[in-house]
Amino acid sequence: MRDLRLWGLKKSPWVYHVAAASCNNCDIEILELLTPRYDVERFGVVLVGSPRHADALLVTGVINRKSLPRVLEVYEQTPKPCLVIAIGTCACNNHIFRNSYNAVGPYDKHIPVHAYIPGCPPKPEAMILGVVKALSKL
Amino acid sequence: MSTWFSGWRLIVGFLVTVIGVPVVGLVLTWVDRFVSARVQWRKGPPFYQPFADILKLLLKQTIVPQGVARTAFLFAPVVGIAGMTLVAMLIIYSNFNTVVNQQSSFIGDIIVLLYCFALVPISFIIGASASGNPVAAVGASREMTLYLGYELPFVLAILIPVVKVTQQWGVASALRIGGLVAYQQQFGPLLYSVSGVIAAVIILFTIQAKLGYVPFDIPEAEQEIMSGVIVEYSGAPLALFRITRAMAFVLLPLFLITLLWGGLRDWWALLKFLLIVVLIVLMKNTNPRLTIHQALRFFWFILAPIGIIGLVLAFIGL
Ligand code: SF4
Repeated sequence: MRDLRLWGLKKSPWVYHVAAASCNNCDIEILELLTPRYDVERFGVVLVGSPRHADALLVTGVINRKSLPRVLEVYEQTPKPCLVIAIGTCACNNHIFRNSYNAVGPYDKHIPVHAYIPGCPPKPEAMILGVVKALSKL
Repeated sequence: MSTWFSGWRLIVGFLVTVIGVPVVGLVLTWVDRFVSARVQWRKGPPFYQPFADILKLLLKQTIVPQGVARTAFLFAPVVGIAGMTLVAMLIIYSNFNTVVNQQSSFIGDIIVLLYCFALVPISFIIGASASGNPVAAVGASREMTLYLGYELPFVLAILIPVVKVTQQWGVASALRIGGLVAYQQQFGPLLYSVSGVIAAVIILFTIQAKLGYVPFDIPEAEQEIMSGVIVEYSGAPLALFRITRAMAFVLLPLFLITLLWGGLRDWWALLKFLLIVVLIVLMKNTNPRLTIHQALRFFWFILAPIGIIGLVLAFIGL
């Protein structure tokens, strides 16, 4: 039973894109992943419209006082074997906003993060590698 | 001996409808994704992808949000899948039991079939309304409007073969699926006439709408209202909804073949089936989404008059 569940999770990770105040560059790179050039659908990755359907949250951007409650809400709405993948240096460690007055720290202060993909923005290849590593650690 | 035999046949039929149709439907979902990928110059997912999706959803946590009408919310997917199973039984059984005489105990009634097909949108509407999500409410109202739109031309298109068979054999066998199949076995498919072609075109468009595929995917526009009707569903109920859709994807082309294109009793039916499926997928990939009033206008003011013309032609005998 556990094996079956793991197999299913590994073979069809549906992702939900949480853009919490990013500069939009990381988001464009995520969209790039879904285009014919990189075609992550061959690994079963589908971008879904509702966090209820998601298995992995792709979080981008520096988290601030306004977006923190929303991100927490989205995380709570996701059914639970759920990966959180921090995309971009902003999401990993606050980046250039480190000393800003309203940045409330990287994501792993608030929710468990399973993979960090640094870069500003990270390359699509790096994102695929990061997701594959996160999945193989399950 | 004979009762044992009939019981055995019943069990096989049951297994075919309850396990076979969903499995074929999931494989067809893969065909759909594969052909779409090829149209978009991509590689596409492996063939076990829909099965992995369903397995994952079945074993995942199911969230029932606060403020949800719990029973209706969890019961709605069951309604849809029950309707599709009934349709599968009706279509498959009446194709292989083409009795014309009045004494036959099994009546594959075409009106019952219509209502069973209607259970799918009804289940979506119940589920979406029970979930209490504003986005799902928008989806439910769109689903209702779309259903009102496509049901009129659909009924008109079904009436065309019924009228043609009535002229020969009377209304009693014309209203049965078995009667329609028997008629076609004797006189050739009903498709090969002017009104038959009209009926087939109308049914193709309605299939597209009933499946919620792209020109008519208005109720669950992913980019616009976040999957609409199924927005609050997760885990096993969502898997049931997907299986319902997959079963509909098998049964609607089968229904078209049964109604107009000679029934399922020869091997050509397989080829016809694949042709219809690929046609549906190509239509899905080459069209943008319509808005709801455009879809309604299309069904009521373009397809329905065409259906009435086809009905008149069928009365004349063309
Ligand atoms: S990591 Fe760079 S590209 Fe990504 S959101 Fe932050 S500043 Fe923008």
